[in-house]
Amino acid sequence: MSSVSRKPSAIFEARGLTKVYQMGEVAIHALRGVDLELHDGELVVMLGASGSGKSTLLNIMGGLDVASDGRLRYRDQVLSGASESELTRFRRDHVGFVFQFYNLIPSLTARENVAVATDIARDPMRPEDALELVGLSERLDHFPSQLSGGEQQRVAIARAIAKRPMVLMCDEPTGALDSETGIRVLEAIEYINRELATTTVIITHNEVIGRMAHRVVRLSDGRVADIHVNDQRASPSELVW
Amino acid sequence: MTALNRKLWRDLAGLKGQVAAIAVVIAAGVMTLMIAVTSLDAIRLSMERFYASHQLAEIWATVTRAPEALAERLGEIPGIDRIETRVVAPIRLEVADYADPIRGQILSIPDGRQPALNRLALRAGSPPESGRADQVVVSEPFAQAHDLRPGDELRVIIRGRFERLRISGIALSPEFIYQVGPNDLLPDYARYAVLWMNRRALGNAFGLDGAFNSVLASLQAGARSEQVIEHMDRILAPYGGIGAHGRDDLMSHRMLSEEIAQLKIMAVVLPGVFLAVSGFLLSVLMGRIVQTQRQQIAVLKAFGYRNRELAGHYAGLTALIVAVGVVLGIGLGLWAGEAIATLYAQYFRFPETVTRLQPRVVVLAVAVSALAAGFGTFRAVARAVRLPPAEAMRPPAPENFRQGWIGRSRLGRSLAQTTRMVLRNLDRHRFKSAMTLLGIALSASLLVLGSFQFNAVQHMIDLQYRKVLRMDTHLSFIEPTSRRVLTELSALPGVQHVEGYRQVPVRLVNGHLSERNAIVGLPEHPRLRGLIDGDGQPIAVPADGLLMTRFLAEQLNLRAGDPVTVEIREGSRRHVEVRLAGLVDEPLGLSAYMRIERLNALMREGPAVSGAWLMSDAQARPELYERLWEAPRVAAIGLIAEAEDGLRNYMDDTVLTMMAVLLVLAGSITFALVYNNARIAFAERVRELATLRVLGFSRTQVGWVLVGEILLLTLLAIPVGWLFGTLFAWILSLAFSMDMFRIPFHIDHQTYAFAATGVLLASALSVILIARRLRDLDMVTALKGVE
Repeated sequence: MSSVSRKPSAIFEARGLTKVYQMGEVAIHALRGVDLELHDGELVVMLGASGSGKSTLLNIMGGLDVASDGRLRYRDQVLSGASESELTRFRRDHVGFVFQFYNLIPSLTARENVAVATDIARDPMRPEDALELVGLSERLDHFPSQLSGGEQQRVAIARAIAKRPMVLMCDEPTGALDSETGIRVLEAIEYINRELATTTVIITHNEVIGRMAHRVVRLSDGRVADIHVNDQRASPSELVW
Repeated sequence: MTALNRKLWRDLAGLKGQVAAIAVVIAAGVMTLMIAVTSLDAIRLSMERFYASHQLAEIWATVTRAPEALAERLGEIPGIDRIETRVVAPIRLEVADYADPIRGQILSIPDGRQPALNRLALRAGSPPESGRADQVVVSEPFAQAHDLRPGDELRVIIRGRFERLRISGIALSPEFIYQVGPNDLLPDYARYAVLWMNRRALGNAFGLDGAFNSVLASLQAGARSEQVIEHMDRILAPYGGIGAHGRDDLMSHRMLSEEIAQLKIMAVVLPGVFLAVSGFLLSVLMGRIVQTQRQQIAVLKAFGYRNRELAGHYAGLTALIVAVGVVLGIGLGLWAGEAIATLYAQYFRFPETVTRLQPRVVVLAVAVSALAAGFGTFRAVARAVRLPPAEAMRPPAPENFRQGWIGRSRLGRSLAQTTRMVLRNLDRHRFKSAMTLLGIALSASLLVLGSFQFNAVQHMIDLQYRKVLRMDTHLSFIEPTSRRVLTELSALPGVQHVEGYRQVPVRLVNGHLSERNAIVGLPEHPRLRGLIDGDGQPIAVPADGLLMTRFLAEQLNLRAGDPVTVEIREGSRRHVEVRLAGLVDEPLGLSAYMRIERLNALMREGPAVSGAWLMSDAQARPELYERLWEAPRVAAIGLIAEAEDGLRNYMDDTVLTMMAVLLVLAGSITFALVYNNARIAFAERVRELATLRVLGFSRTQVGWVLVGEILLLTLLAIPVGWLFGTLFAWILSLAFSMDMFRIPFHIDHQTYAFAATGVLLASALSVILIARRLRDLDMVTALKGVE
């Protein structure tokens, strides 16, 4: 099931991850024992209906949240049970995030939004170079309110990759965009994955996007329902929805 | 500059209206703190420096006549460090081209040298040459009032004889920093003079050759002044000693101490109120910023920003607002401090005033405002930092509303949908609504307080001059005189009514408490000198027993009916016991009163008077004064109208200037608070309001959701503000109870109306400013933007 022809090493390893939220008097089981590995440099698309636990899993792997039980390892570091400051360090040094609603800081320009991440990184790109990678060299000094949705999301991608992270976590990156713009954003993500060999996870409920992944992980009811390896990957431009 | 710092500046710029409002409140706090502390420092340090450098005595004693040889015996009293004997006498004098009578005091200094105690600080010229009998040194404020210089001439009446004296020098004395006449509350530099003359010449003039009538002493470190005073009194009693006293009974020192006490109250109360309000405003603002920036905080955390970096960021925002306020406040404080220092220089005369801004004051101002801001913002910043990044990424869930009384009651159901929204919002956010209400109420209370001061001071002066001092001229005689003099006085031109009084200096004692004061003897129903109760109604002087100013009785811990020991300090020193028959509520000054016949009997004398009060025809007054001036028995002529003007000027200068500043500040705080609150309410509701607009509600209806909330809170806050204001006014009237004056606790309807109007105006102005935003509300953007 986890056989990949290139025989890459697993940089993430999750075993029996569970997550229980307490909502008032009700306990919500968001994850019910997830086993999963992510390999160096691969692009994984996670599919699932809302409530399947995919965002929870992404948040836990990205160090934004902690599992209730189970084990999570990133390279040599055990993330399950890590302290808040260890998780902060992990996020700071290794992870880039892209969110559905971009989450740019409205009072900062595109360049400055990227600088927010590079300011605290160890070996970042120049913000201008990061923005060039996503094709926004012309809009460095625009504020978020002066950019289209797709442009904002590409700024968000530039911000995520500018620190040269090992992992790029994208939570519904095209969820708020029309298909044409969405495809341009996916192209940017695919380019980063290819050129920088950044391990990339894309969460979506859009089946079509799965076609661009090395592997497609399907989540259902808090468990991994199925993992599918794409023998033939489609380029984003070939995707239609 | 890091991107985070850029964000800080841009956030600040985006909030400039609110930042300015809060900064003004902080500035008000810092300014009042600076004024109070710099004035306090200036007075205390200048006083201490002057006392030390010019050897102010620690004990004063007065005798009728004691031989110089007695000084040696006094010097042997254990605990005494130095003794200085002198001659002190009341005088009257004339200055060329000045018509009004001038009275004063002349003191001796040793021939050819400075005294060991109470040394003079010479401001111009030199001390009288040794052996000269025609040279004097005059006090600087008197010299300035008449533009006198060394070499100018004065005409002085010494023991009824005119003497021409030449001014050799101009000086200040640590004994007369606050220079007032014996019966006055306020300095009148033009009409009251202090002069110094060679000891031999002055002794000769007053028949005190080789003798003294006043003695000063300083104490050795650790000596107990009560013991020394007792010892001195025993030695001086045979020479007409009427009891030695310490600095606490020196008028100048007493006024300085009262001023210092007053400034201490001010240094705590006013900045406290302003900085508490600014802390409150900051907490509301920062709470709101953290709420709207939940997602930004989450993103920053997702990218690995540490908690302390985020805490630093938001604390930095607060720090910048505080910095703006502090800088503004220090600037205003320096500017106002200069003005206040000039003002104090009119009343307190120091050779050098320490007005330099103490770094300590700035540090204190920064520390106190930072503390207030810290308290205000701690919760919001802590909440920002605690936010789990994953949770913050999701928009907050709809708040949990429940069907309350509004939905259930018939009244509630009859309300318009928008009005229900207003009520539900207030009901749902009870804590926040309560805090806002409290804030508006506090600013209303400041308006009550400021207006109370204005009216109470006017009321106090009116009471004093309409009900208490009903005479227009106050005469005091050189020594107790037969009542027959009153007949002579009533025959003078323009005199309509004459009333004689007897005044005896005493020490009033109750157990270990004692106060030096005077008993004034009056007829049963004095026509020219009213004694009033708390309601301003006249009180008759009882046939037996003593009446006393309420504040004085409180100082002595006495109640009506209690026995009081009276130590007579005129003529022979005797102790008598008198019953306290009742209390008098006069707003200015302190005194004790008794039926004049009883006082004469107590003094074992015939029907004598110490002075008289006159009611006269204004037209005839110049002639009357000329005649009085020539009367040798008249020691002093007090013009009541002049004194009233002086008092009103003093109050205008000090209390009312302060209160005007307070009132302006209270007004700006009210506006800052209401406006801030309205802005925040608008920002919180913008999506809701846009939704209503989309659903087809009119602008007015939508506006009502916001305005209704502001209006309702303001209306509810007004009575609460009245209550707080009344309480503050009461506390202030207690705090401002002192020897010189007591502000009566008297609040009229206008004060309440004024406070309500002020708050409503501020609300109206805020509503107008918010209405502009509401008009420009872009429905689409408001709805699209994801919070």
